[in-house]
Amino acid sequence: MSIDERLAAVWLLIQSSPLTGLGLTLLVYCLAMKLYKESGHNPLINPVIVSVLIIIATLIITDTSYQQYFTGGELIHFLLGPATVSLAVPLYMQLHRIKKLLLPILITLVSSVFIGCFSAIYIADWLGASLATQISIAPKSVTTPVAMGISENIGGIVSLTAGLAVTTGVIGAILGTKIFSLMAIKDDSIKGIAMGLTSHGIGTARAFQVSDQMGAFSGLAMAITAFTTAFMLPWILSLAGFL
Amino acid sequence: MDFILGVALLIVFQLLGEITVILFALPVSGPVVGLVLLLVTLIIRGRVGKQLKAASTTLLGHLSLLFVPAGVGLMLHYQLLAKEWLAISVALVIGTVIMLVSTAAIMSLTTRLFSKGQPHEH
Repeated sequence: MSIDERLAAVWLLIQSSPLTGLGLTLLVYCLAMKLYKESGHNPLINPVIVSVLIIIATLIITDTSYQQYFTGGELIHFLLGPATVSLAVPLYMQLHRIKKLLLPILITLVSSVFIGCFSAIYIADWLGASLATQISIAPKSVTTPVAMGISENIGGIVSLTAGLAVTTGVIGAILGTKIFSLMAIKDDSIKGIAMGLTSHGIGTARAFQVSDQMGAFSGLAMAITAFTTAFMLPWILSLAGFL
Repeated sequence: MDFILGVALLIVFQLLGEITVILFALPVSGPVVGLVLLLVTLIIRGRVGKQLKAASTTLLGHLSLLFVPAGVGLMLHYQLLAKEWLAISVALVIGTVIMLVSTAAIMSLTTRLFSKGQPHEH
């Protein structure tokens, strides 16, 4: 084998080995977390969006496909399942607080499913987005693995929904605390519920930085809205004539 | 060891969730049903073991990392995004602001409404 052929084989290995996608994701995430900490937790330097942008740029420059990247990325993506299940723990620890607020939480939850899906669908429609995009955007406030499942059920583009859900999470994490202070809301349980209903896991990660209470309520909101949206959305969309 | 056993428990509950989804043809995903099953188990048991605490603290502490691979998937839709970027970004940003404001407002309002009524319930 000539040296050129060996180099080509090495390059193919680097591009297609799970090690590359996995290593790249972990390294870039650590870098993004460092930037985030050094910026004094500036919400604009959100570690998810910084990581995503750096990784996409790297893949484009090295002419690597998403499928090749995902052989490694999948190993991290896979942990979203157990992480979702583990939300039961903070939920259980906050149960006494949640019980007191049961009715307000339920009312807010059900209204948020309607408000969330229709605000996004109608704005997208008004600005000329295709029907496929409108359907893919509907579950944007649901935690990514569940949003992907819902998207599949209602005939959306599954990987587009995943990206839009992540983006929604980041936008909420960036704007949330600012908006709550503008609205003069001081109660961490209220802030947590609003954050989790809007921005699922990424908002919850941000909420845990504010306080454990806000994080737990955000985690609760994320869990119940995943459940409720999964049941309600196919039904709402077919009543509204989208399916 | 605590951490490993905790993760094992989480995986068992996720698997139970996936099984429940198939058996009852639920429109929800396995992890969410797993979450509910674990929560019910914790309520019945009345306490959280240190294994589950260790696993959940670690996983939730790095929750942001787990969303990165899905986010990178946006690159697959380069053409669609190039064509509809305005509609999509406005819908996401304005939609998110509407959600944050309305849920925070409804939650504040209902909390005040129901906490006023609470003394009568006792």
